Amino acid sequence: MAMIERFANPNRFLTLTRPLVPWLGGLTLLSLGAGLYLGLFQAPADYQQGESVRIMYVHVPAAWMAMFCYTSMAISAAVGLIWKHPLADVAGKATAPVGAVFTFLALATGSLWGKPMWGTWWVWDARLTSMLILFFLYIGYMALSNAFDNPQRGAKAAAILALVGFINVPIIKFSVDWWNTLHQPASVIRMDGPSIHPSMLWPLLLMAIGYTLFYLWVLIIRMDADVTAGKIRALRQRRVHG
Amino acid sequence: MKRKHKRLTFVAIAGVLIAIAAALVLTAFDENIVFFRTPTDIVQNKVKEDQRIRLGGLVEEESVEQGTDGVVNFRVTDTANTVPVYFQGILPDLFREGQGVVAEGKLMNGVFVADEVLAKHDENYMPPEVADAIKDAGQWKGEGQDMNQDNGESSL
Repeated sequence: MAMIERFANPNRFLTLTRPLVPWLGGLTLLSLGAGLYLGLFQAPADYQQGESVRIMYVHVPAAWMAMFCYTSMAISAAVGLIWKHPLADVAGKATAPVGAVFTFLALATGSLWGKPMWGTWWVWDARLTSMLILFFLYIGYMALSNAFDNPQRGAKAAAILALVGFINVPIIKFSVDWWNTLHQPASVIRMDGPSIHPSMLWPLLLMAIGYTLFYLWVLIIRMDADVTAGKIRALRQRRVHG
Repeated sequence: MKRKHKRLTFVAIAGVLIAIAAALVLTAFDENIVFFRTPTDIVQNKVKEDQRIRLGGLVEEESVEQGTDGVVNFRVTDTANTVPVYFQGILPDLFREGQGVVAEGKLMNGVFVADEVLAKHDENYMPPEVADAIKDAGQWKGEGQDMNQDNGESSL
């Protein structure tokens, strides 16, 4: 708890995280560059899907990040609601658009992949539908947190939505096991080990690392900006009233 | 401290209640959430004639007959039961014998008349050489080979 208390001080958070920004940026570009090169040019074609399988290197990590970002948004929401830490709401608000973009990327690339492989852009099966709901949850969170004149009330309403909507994350993950769907079951995160050849798995994991670093990079920049904007507001008010 | 604990308890209880509510709703709508019915459902008369449904399963080996004008007849199997399918149109690239398939249409006189056929692929990814090597070694467990292995059904 003492650890969280230390980080919860916005000023200390800024001094600790600011030096990380260029490093995270560099590592993001490096791992995404290497991952895309390996995935799009070096990895083999699939025995069934041929070259179309390369969409996987963009699609699958985006879908993982969509769920990962939502999970961290829900954790921020819980910490904000229960312990009232000043940085929790900031983290949630900073995460939402990143998660929404990852979700959109997963939906769009999935659609582009579905047309040549399945023969359709979109079907209303459990996996695709729950993923679309996740996208709407992100949009709802962003809309709700900006819908109040008092930003704290907005943060509270959005946090409740984030927590209630979290039920959708396990539904997305297990939709392909609980119901029959057009989408195939998991290939990497599953009980009896990955069912994907190592020559394809490594570029995929590298892309996942790159996406995660990108998220942390943007998260810190956005949180910094939000905290700084809050300080400027406070200074202005002091000048007007003081 | 007291207020914090109160809020924590409240959030935890609300979370459990939401999970229970979601589980109940999803179980209640189970029939509607499944994307396709199986040949067994049809054989057991769980599907009325003239009711629009999706039929899913594997394309049975050596069952595909190409006719003229894009007419194609094949059989869909879930390894327990088999249903004949009639379709006129363009098949997706991944459509092949032994692969997963989802057809949308109606049952007419025991034949499933489809107006859309989608291919379903499994969760295995590998380069072609590896697939050939596994097949040569007789260790193939994916779709399209030995229907009696558990993968045949679980990957539907």
